[in-house]
Amino acid sequence: MTEFTPLPSLTGGLLIGLSASMLLLTHGRVAGISGAYAGAIAAPRADGGFRIAFVAGLVTAGFLMWLIRPEAFPAGPVTPLWLTAIAGFIVGFGTRLGSGCTSGHGVCGISRLSLRGIVATLAFIATGAITVFLVRTLGSRS
Amino acid sequence: MSSSSTVKSNAWAYLAGLVFGVGLVLAGMTDPAKVIGFLDLLGDWDGSLMLVMGGAIAVHFVLFRVITKRASPLFDGRFHLPTRSDIDMRLVVGAGLFGVGWGLAGYCPGPGIVSLGAGSMPAVVFVAAMSVGMLIQQVTERDRSVLATA
Repeated sequence: MTEFTPLPSLTGGLLIGLSASMLLLTHGRVAGISGAYAGAIAAPRADGGFRIAFVAGLVTAGFLMWLIRPEAFPAGPVTPLWLTAIAGFIVGFGTRLGSGCTSGHGVCGISRLSLRGIVATLAFIATGAITVFLVRTLGSRS
Repeated sequence: MSSSSTVKSNAWAYLAGLVFGVGLVLAGMTDPAKVIGFLDLLGDWDGSLMLVMGGAIAVHFVLFRVITKRASPLFDGRFHLPTRSDIDMRLVVGAGLFGVGWGLAGYCPGPGIVSLGAGSMPAVVFVAAMSVGMLIQQVTERDRSVLATA
């Protein structure tokens, strides 16, 4: 079980909303990370390369935060690595099929009151919750 | 776009990525156990991620309306916003699949990519597999559109 961390989580959320607004103001784009990443690996030079720059910023943030808050990252795998690999594949396939993930649908879509964003968010939280329930009930995660 | 303004616009995109990434780490989303705790609605629920989403939406809900009053963004001739409003199977099935992977690993794409910078081994595995999933989805897409136009 993890602890309820209202203040850091709210602060993090405010920064995420600020970042999405920065990208909208400067590039007129939705800050959808799955789409930005897919664009960066498939067509890096498209649109002047802003997707690569955005993804590079994300990775840099991880490095800088690891220097000052290493405890924010897991010490070891929470899920067996083979299962993490299967999960990653499903996430990659599903986010392209469904045109977005937590950032594009969850944050940007709901902020625009987009019906597609709201439906997608309800769908991924529902299947995520069912998956966690099943994994816990079947006991394969110790 | 001139090359100097490309550099400037990419610097802003980099900065936006940096702020987003710092936000995800502060929020606790780079800890898969915390994300799984949020999705564990019927168990020991950790509601912190509600505040992540709520905080992000509160800011962007307001600023979106302010920013889109402009005729265009700073480094582009127009806004590139999704206009579709139809709910189709691809959206629901795709989002549903994404949720399954999210619940299994405790990573969504953003925290997975951010955690690469911290050298987290599970994140390296997750992002590598995610890249394969994305590329395969795009290939199946291309095959389908080739068939449709043939």
